[in-house]
Amino acid sequence: MLENFLISLEIMVKGMVGIFVVIAILTLLVMLMGKISKPEKKEDEQ
Amino acid sequence: MEFLWEGLLSITWQQAVMYVVGVVLIYLAIKKDYEPALLLPMGFGAILVNLPLSGVINQQMEGIGVVNGIIEWLFNVGINASEALPILLFIGIGAMIDFGPLLSMPSMFLFGAGAQFGIFFAICVAVLLGFDLKDAASIGIIGAADGPTSILVSQVLHSNYVGPIAVAAYSYMALVPIVQPFAIRLVTTKKERRIHMEYTPGTVSQKMKIAFPILVTFLVGLVSPQSVALVGFLMFGNLLRECGVLGNLSDTAQNVLANLITLLLGITISFSMRAEAFVNWDTLLIMLLGLVAFIFDSIGGVLLAKFMNLFRKKKVNPMIGAAGISAFPMSARVVQKMAMEEDPTNVILMHAIGANVSGQIASVIAGGLVISLVAAYL
Repeated sequence: MLENFLISLEIMVKGMVGIFVVIAILTLLVMLMGKISKPEKKEDEQ
Repeated sequence: MEFLWEGLLSITWQQAVMYVVGVVLIYLAIKKDYEPALLLPMGFGAILVNLPLSGVINQQMEGIGVVNGIIEWLFNVGINASEALPILLFIGIGAMIDFGPLLSMPSMFLFGAGAQFGIFFAICVAVLLGFDLKDAASIGIIGAADGPTSILVSQVLHSNYVGPIAVAAYSYMALVPIVQPFAIRLVTTKKERRIHMEYTPGTVSQKMKIAFPILVTFLVGLVSPQSVALVGFLMFGNLLRECGVLGNLSDTAQNVLANLITLLLGITISFSMRAEAFVNWDTLLIMLLGLVAFIFDSIGGVLLAKFMNLFRKKKVNPMIGAAGISAFPMSARVVQKMAMEEDPTNVILMHAIGANVSGQIASVIAGGLVISLVAAYL
């Protein structure tokens, strides 16, 4: 059981890090897309 | 009359317990409106599959051989062979989600990640309680607060507890208005719950809404290939919605497809609610662990928000973190209701919805990661 518990802790660390990395990349991509699409909007408004 | 008497006498006490479970699920669905689309079919199915020599599951008949049952066939084809039912349901769910509030406030993305903590916490506790790794991981995924993901992960990992896991996942999703306020109050002060948040959304172009599902699928597919079926179908549904040229398909996915699959999913899952597989102490433990997962999801999200507040000038209402679970839109509504209980002028609904939508993506990513990580150790 102890061995499985240590594995589950490892899964916890890797899993949470994995989710945060993917979500952080997504956040950055969405911010980037937001920045890129902003000038377009200004042109439309003009 | 003799046949009726013989039938009654052949009912085991475990089957009788399942009839009670079935009636309770039907009662919760009808009277309490707890996820009725799933709990009602599951409740009725629990009675169907537990009738002695029930014709809805395969039976060995004297002189004839094996006679196939419809629910066992549905389970084998729709869930066991391909996980088709939960995956197809994701097309409908994807078509229902508007990622706009999230895309206009990208910082809300992080709360979806924080609120998956309960999954991994519950996996550790399940292991300590003696479940093997694949069962513990399947139980932990109840914390994804996402029924189809729970069913899919437990099925892919060949867990022995698909039935109890599905019942726990859907029951606790219905109980979010009770579970989350309790968990949030455990780790927040009145003052924190009163924090106001300015709502200044960025602009979201249609191009961005179209590019988003493609980007997410590509990125998540690279990081966690096991998630592709889940994320891919979720994002496919969303692309149908946002592309602007497939309105009919989007409507069909949101309504007809989602309703048809939901209708079949509940009754199909009831195959795993046969008395011999369901009536044992492990089921009670699984229900308890599901509760632990939901509570620690909320706590994880709130603590992340509090941690972020250490570095932010404009403070975040920490309750937003708890909205990062996948139960949409119930969790966002619960958080807004709690904010208004503390201060009737406090409106944080849009932030909560952003976090809630992020939770839908993060829970699917978590499901894929759990499959990949556990498979590496098996």
